[in-house]
Amino acid sequence: MSTKSILNLTVNGKAYEKLVEVRMTLADFLRNELDLTGTHLGCEHGVCGACTVIMDGEAVRSCLLLAVQAEGATLETVEGLADGDRLHPLQAAFQDRHALQCGFCTPGFLMTATAFLKENPSPTDAEIREAISGNICRCTGYQPIIEAIGQAAPEAGGKPRE
Amino acid sequence: MKPAPFEYYCPETLDEAVSLLEQHGDDGKVLAGGQSFMPLMSLRLARPSVIVDLNRVSGLDGIAANGDGGLAIGALTRQRALERDAELPARNPLLAAAVPLIGHFQIRNRGTVGGSLVHADPAAELPAVTVALGADFVLTSAGGERVVSAADFYLGYMATAIEANEVLTEIRVPAWKAGRLWAIDEVSRRKGDFAMVGVALWADMDGANCADACITLFGVGGEPVRVEKAEQRLKGAALDDATLKEVERIVSEELEPDSDIHASALYRREVGGVLTRRALRAAAERGTEGNGA
Amino acid sequence: MAETYIGAPIKRREDVRFITGTGTYVDDIKLPHMVHAAILRSPHAHARIRDIDTSRAEALPGVVSVFTLKDIGELDATVPIRMYKIPGLDKYLQPSLARDEVRYVGEPVAVAVAESRYLAEDALDAIDVDYEVLQEVMDVREAMEDKVLVHEHNGTNLAGVHHVSIGDADKAFAEADYTRREEFRVHRFTGNPMETRGIVAHFDRGKGELRVYGATKLPHLNRQTIAAFLQLPEHKCHFEENDVGGGFGIRGELYPEDFLIPFASVRLGLPVKWIEDRREHLLAANHSRQVTCELEIAARKDGTLLAIRAQIYGDMGAYVRTHGGLVPCSTGALLTGPYRIPNYQAKIHCVMTNKTGLGTLRAPGRVESCFYRERMLDMMARDLDLDPVELRRKNLVTPEEIPYEIGFTRPSAHPTILDSGDYASALRQALERFEYDEMKGIRGLQEDGRYHGVGLSYFVKNTGGLEPYEGARMVVGEGGGVSVFLSIAQLGQGHETAMAQICADALGVTMDAISVFHGNTDLSPFGWGTFASRGTVMAGNAVHLTALQLKDKILEAAARHLDVDASGLTLEDGNIVQPGTEAPALPLGELVAHMRESITPEQGVPELEATAYYNSNNITHTYGVHLAHVAVDPETGVLEVLKYLVVEDVGRVVNPLMVRGQTVGAAVQGIGGVVLEELVYGESGQLLTTTFLDYLLPTSTDVPPIDDLVLEEAPSPYNPLGVKGAGEGGIVGTAGALGNAVSNALGIEVKDLPLSPDRVRAWIRARGDG
Ligand SMILES: Cc1cc2nc3c(=O)[nH]c(=O)nc-3n(C[C@H](O)[C@H](O)[C@H](O)COP(=O)(O)OP(=O)(O)OC[C@H]3O[C@@H](n4cnc5c(N)ncnc54)[C@H](O)[C@@H]3O)c2cc1C
Ligand code: FES
Ligand code: FES
Repeated sequence: MSTKSILNLTVNGKAYEKLVEVRMTLADFLRNELDLTGTHLGCEHGVCGACTVIMDGEAVRSCLLLAVQAEGATLETVEGLADGDRLHPLQAAFQDRHALQCGFCTPGFLMTATAFLKENPSPTDAEIREAISGNICRCTGYQPIIEAIGQAAPEAGGKPRE
Repeated sequence: MKPAPFEYYCPETLDEAVSLLEQHGDDGKVLAGGQSFMPLMSLRLARPSVIVDLNRVSGLDGIAANGDGGLAIGALTRQRALERDAELPARNPLLAAAVPLIGHFQIRNRGTVGGSLVHADPAAELPAVTVALGADFVLTSAGGERVVSAADFYLGYMATAIEANEVLTEIRVPAWKAGRLWAIDEVSRRKGDFAMVGVALWADMDGANCADACITLFGVGGEPVRVEKAEQRLKGAALDDATLKEVERIVSEELEPDSDIHASALYRREVGGVLTRRALRAAAERGTEGNGA
Repeated sequence: MAETYIGAPIKRREDVRFITGTGTYVDDIKLPHMVHAAILRSPHAHARIRDIDTSRAEALPGVVSVFTLKDIGELDATVPIRMYKIPGLDKYLQPSLARDEVRYVGEPVAVAVAESRYLAEDALDAIDVDYEVLQEVMDVREAMEDKVLVHEHNGTNLAGVHHVSIGDADKAFAEADYTRREEFRVHRFTGNPMETRGIVAHFDRGKGELRVYGATKLPHLNRQTIAAFLQLPEHKCHFEENDVGGGFGIRGELYPEDFLIPFASVRLGLPVKWIEDRREHLLAANHSRQVTCELEIAARKDGTLLAIRAQIYGDMGAYVRTHGGLVPCSTGALLTGPYRIPNYQAKIHCVMTNKTGLGTLRAPGRVESCFYRERMLDMMARDLDLDPVELRRKNLVTPEEIPYEIGFTRPSAHPTILDSGDYASALRQALERFEYDEMKGIRGLQEDGRYHGVGLSYFVKNTGGLEPYEGARMVVGEGGGVSVFLSIAQLGQGHETAMAQICADALGVTMDAISVFHGNTDLSPFGWGTFASRGTVMAGNAVHLTALQLKDKILEAAARHLDVDASGLTLEDGNIVQPGTEAPALPLGELVAHMRESITPEQGVPELEATAYYNSNNITHTYGVHLAHVAVDPETGVLEVLKYLVVEDVGRVVNPLMVRGQTVGAAVQGIGGVVLEELVYGESGQLLTTTFLDYLLPTSTDVPPIDDLVLEEAPSPYNPLGVKGAGEGGIVGTAGALGNAVSNALGIEVKDLPLSPDRVRAWIRARGDG
């Protein structure tokens, strides 16, 4: 064991093999090694949720994982949400409802909401509020985000809309 | 905000894990869910030179029935797994109610039961709940196993009985008594934050009177604080307003919390009493309905 | 085409890149051979630097360079004051790296550059600094005693004083039936945009050109300062704004790092990236608020306001930064609010302490002054047994009195003039919308065991103006596409959409045909920046004027081409038409194609383009009302905001989706600041809130849905579009409304913030029954 390790993983359906520093966080790996810069870093200590990705089906903070811990894992990031030019219903709803301003927090909210709606496809507003309470947005005041997730819920529980 | 360098090991068996710890002594550190330890490393407040990642060690997770009707919970069980366990509210409603109070669902997806217990944040829910439940912790090292009760495990501010060469492997929770009243309540600045003050308690009733009780507070000192004087006051008494007021007063008097940026010591004393009274009332009002076996 | 684009709830075009993760924020920029910087910061609030030894750090693998002030040498420069340069403040400026003393925890001391940020941080760990710790002073009152000096050589901590004097306040006080004096305090907090600061500087030695990414808010001004510092010709410095993760006043101002990173790049001839981490952000980026005010009010028995007097103390921190003086001065500037108060006197003190420098945060000084004034009015209403709403209504400036000149309330050559508005109308509509008459009875202990209360605050907020102009350039190209180049920056506001709306209406083309470019110093010769809600006012009007000029040019060119009279032509949906004739429309794209091929000397340039500036020193004022309904758990001190309404008249709405977004977002930020957020200093001047676990931002479960009502009753008379800025109205009244609501609920007088459970409990305890 040393300070570097070979990492195999799948991100947004694509398989990668890379030599990584063992101390590199998963967030830095996605951003710097795979150039998937849609995953953002707002705090790097687990509070803001901007770095949320889906790992093996579960929403997790990518700043609180080492890249090497994702060995063999299947990851989904914001870049994988849309189906080509067809936006994911959550993405479309975020635009419809003006659920973003600066957009920095948005990938984290989208990934949180994606995981949440899979588990709870018809949530109440209160449940949505609770589900996103681990993600910080400094711009929108949350209300339009809650509306957008509610709007997308019927479609987003499953796959991107046809 | 990036971790200092370290060597990384990812053992697949417990034997391997403990022998790595044995080998590296105080330089080695266990990584579980990383939800507390990764921030510390990124802030460089923790700089272990060796990391032993438990996440691929087999046999460390899962919720099983213990022989005596209690639970045996693997230390690496994700907090989320407890939350999703449909049986848990019946098997141990207090534990089941505590878990959703930890952080947010993304945190619980990774955070482990053992990590929370060993990290021993004085404001964390699970250490207090395990103390209240009289749980035992199984600590494993290359030399074998030892069992320490939760009450003996916590030794002061973020200090515990675990040695650098040990891994917490299992948490044994005694059987839930039929008819037990229980509640957990906390005040935090925001939902999902560590509590400023919290209480986890249960009471066993004999008719209208309390036969036995356990009151444990968190966020009010270096470790979970059991208020035995208040428990004594409850025993033999009905959970009426007068008793609860008394209990509130005793708890407030007994606590010796510290001040920090979120709340003063005085606040914590007062609110510790208030929450205890409210929790007892909630427990009594809820009664035994849905309270397990 | 819509009737008009202005006023329509058009979805933002910038959203697509953000929701697909393809935006480009500064940390997303990766250049060949790029190296990474990290900054060593002082661990002490006040200390002398005896020695810095970088040799261990320099020897580490992957470390490219470590430098200190010695290496900057004679280039050594200070962060300039941008606004409200009151005399004296310029003796307290911040150098790029600490000179011989450090004066706050977080002050930059050295810079390490390495092949990765990880390695750069390793290098910081290996820099040895020998400090001699000095006594610190953390409290404004104590600092005023000058026993411990933040800047020894200046001999005082009172860096500057500004006086406001309108009418004869002393006389009014002497003659008044009623006076009251109170001391109010607003705590220290800060903007915390979700994206921290960041810079990528790339000095191309071959070309002798510097390119800086990550600039925002004021790219031109920052370029001017940095070019001078590096002794480079300004035109060889290109400052580029990328996508920006929020601004809120703090982001884009000039900081020490803005000198250090370009310096490092010039020194090394390599692209250098520095991304602030959150701990650095909390330690090093501007803090804000923290203004204390001794306020006195004088009135007649019937509630007619006669005068106010104020002593205002701003806690500058250890250095006066770009806008340090602005925070307390702006507190003084609108302290009289929307009311007729003929006599006003204020003394504003800028006081140094061993803390991080003060700067702007969304509605700086105005949140504070609204809190002081609106709390004082509620106290006065109670004293005089008047209805708090009636008291306000009685003293509101009336439409007949407008324009209403308050006088010279700020350190500037221009008086403060309330330009337009029907204040009573906004108040009436706010009360109706909130169902205030039914709500106001809900006061004190209710069935749920909590104390309920309703609170109101009225605000005016200056927007636009402040700096004289902004420009726009517009070019029509292939296919009739219109490029709009702005001199301002965008920090999440949505200018790419709003400016296209404005352009489309004025020019007569569809929005799809328009692209908006901004935030690059190469696009326009100069611009003042995006702050004080001036984006829509200044750039919006610049776009409007430019589009009108361009339209004239297009119609003239078309008239020549068609051989008709230009006055008979119009431009509609991108087609030149001759109304009332059967003539086929001439698409703009065809005209362009024709001009490109057949330009004659007398026709001048082969392209259709125009540049215009909107020039105005006039400040427009939005105004409105905040209303809050709160419940307080008396035993835990926990406050819940149950209902919140913001009413604001913005003159004219360009895009209702975006105005509502600004209002709701600002209100939530305001509630967070009043209830949760605080920068707390502890023993020996250590900042205790250096992570998001300690510095608490509001989350979705901490705030209620915000109701808002946007009015357009009083377009600004000062600009052709009639717009006023909409970025801050949602925050200005939050401290006032919540302070009043909690006071009403508990029957106490809130005088300081935040409204934390611990503090609320202390008030209840002091009341004697809890
Ligand atoms: C935003 C946020 C909010 C949070 N809110 C709360 C909250 O409200 N309440 C709460 O209780 N917690 C909260 N947490 C912490 C969270 O619950 C963590 O999961 C928990 O504290 C640590 O568990 P972990 O598995 O992540 O452990 P790690 O972070 O991996 O480890 C923590 C410590 O325990 C040691 N350790 C872990 N497992 C073992 C083992 N089996 N044997 C020996 N040593 C071990 C590690 O060496 C380390 O010292 C929050 C965290 C975040 C980021
Ligand atoms: S960056 Fe990971 S939670 Fe903030
Ligand atoms: S849109 Fe800016 S932080 Fe959420």
